[in-house]
Amino acid sequence: MFRNQYDTDVTTWSPAGRLFQVEYAMEAVKQGSAAIGLRSKTHVVLACVNKANSELSSHQKKIFKVDDHIGVAIAGLTADGRVLSRYMRSECINYGYTYESPLPVGRLVVQLADKAQVCTQRSWKRPYGVGLLVAGLDESGAHLYYNCPSGNYFEYQAFAIGSRSQAAKTYLERKFENFTSSSRDDLIKDALFAIRETLQGEKLTSTVCTVAVVGVGEPFCILDQATVQGLINEFEISGEEGGAAVEETGGESGGAPAVEQEAAPMDI
Amino acid sequence: MPKEHANWSPYDNNGGTCVAIAGADYCVIAADTRMSTGYSILTREYSKICKLADKSFMASSGFQADVKALQKVLSSRHLIYQHQHNKQMSCPAMAQLLSNTLYYKRFFPYYAFNVLGGLDSEGKGCVFTYDAVGSYERVGYSAQGSGATLITPFLDNQLKSPSPLLLPAKDAVTPLSEAEAVDLVKTCFSSATERDIYTGDSVEIIILNANGVRHESEQLRKD
Repeated sequence: MFRNQYDTDVTTWSPAGRLFQVEYAMEAVKQGSAAIGLRSKTHVVLACVNKANSELSSHQKKIFKVDDHIGVAIAGLTADGRVLSRYMRSECINYGYTYESPLPVGRLVVQLADKAQVCTQRSWKRPYGVGLLVAGLDESGAHLYYNCPSGNYFEYQAFAIGSRSQAAKTYLERKFENFTSSSRDDLIKDALFAIRETLQGEKLTSTVCTVAVVGVGEPFCILDQATVQGLINEFEISGEEGGAAVEETGGESGGAPAVEQEAAPMDI
Repeated sequence: MPKEHANWSPYDNNGGTCVAIAGADYCVIAADTRMSTGYSILTREYSKICKLADKSFMASSGFQADVKALQKVLSSRHLIYQHQHNKQMSCPAMAQLLSNTLYYKRFFPYYAFNVLGGLDSEGKGCVFTYDAVGSYERVGYSAQGSGATLITPFLDNQLKSPSPLLLPAKDAVTPLSEAEAVDLVKTCFSSATERDIYTGDSVEIIILNANGVRHESEQLRKD
């Protein structure tokens, strides 16, 4: 990682045309604990791994309700994520106040992306160190978006971010073609399986993960622990075998398949 | 030179009456559904009652455009509260919020005469009554609007504790049951409708108790 010469501030380009501060911010996302999202035609499910600072402390909140029809899961600097969630909630409330209708998800993610972009072009700011999986429902159906610290955003059928997310992505890539027609419960089952992949052999219990759903006729809500444990037992997901996971070496980002080693991550 | 006065007012009075009565474990909030301007009727089916939270309902008479704006502001503020506290606002908390919101516009007031009804954190009925700029008080019952002057003396007679100076000595007022309170409200509106031209058409009644919310509607004279 010999790129120290051009990485002092975000407003300095490297000769290869990269902004290292932004790339470092995306690195922070990869270090955070895993978060995954998947969507069907009518539902979107978010799930994340709960990480606690120590055995004595509570785990950090990584899934936030933004509005009845939108929720977000974050990975990276949770403080940045909290601040951005507050912004998203505020935008939804103001839109609802003005137009008496729910803010379309696609518009919210663009506003979020533009907000992130500002921090990549001001010398006195730093990029947000958090990746957001935005799950929402609007007139055009169910959506799942990923917002990067770079200011880019992408729509996904299913995606995973954070540490050991490649394991989850591998699982999702195998299964995603069926997701559009999945039922709500099957979608949650797949989410739990994907989370298990990131745990690398650790037992999946409801204390280790958080699951949230939003769907047609179902406002965004975070499932309570008892429900999640019930689902884990029902699907017999807890299993001790480690998934066929590839250990993340911190080289990858973004969701597109083949990534060349030298390509700037923001290009994807 | 005598002062010139404006030939346009930002306010209008859409009339109507609102009443709320608090019980031991219930609260009744009611308002007529007539909306007027001047001597004309705009509509016979307009609701003056707004649900602000699970256990807080606000009935407002006065200028309905200001009432609508006030309802929207309070609903949005409640959403923010829910995001921050992960729970609904209690009725006394909403009462304070309403007062602050009204006083915020002390120098261009919301022309809204409000009555807030609900259940407090102990499940007892509570009613809060306001003036246009946010002065408020928790009371056992209240009426606001064009028919308030006709209804309030009647409620005083039925609900107010008798003065200890009264002779012969009278017992304290017996607490009202929910059904009796609803009946009392219907009586209030029938009477007010007789003499107040701005009150009538129908009365919308909300009954809040531990089991949830109930709606009742009663037709009133349409003249």
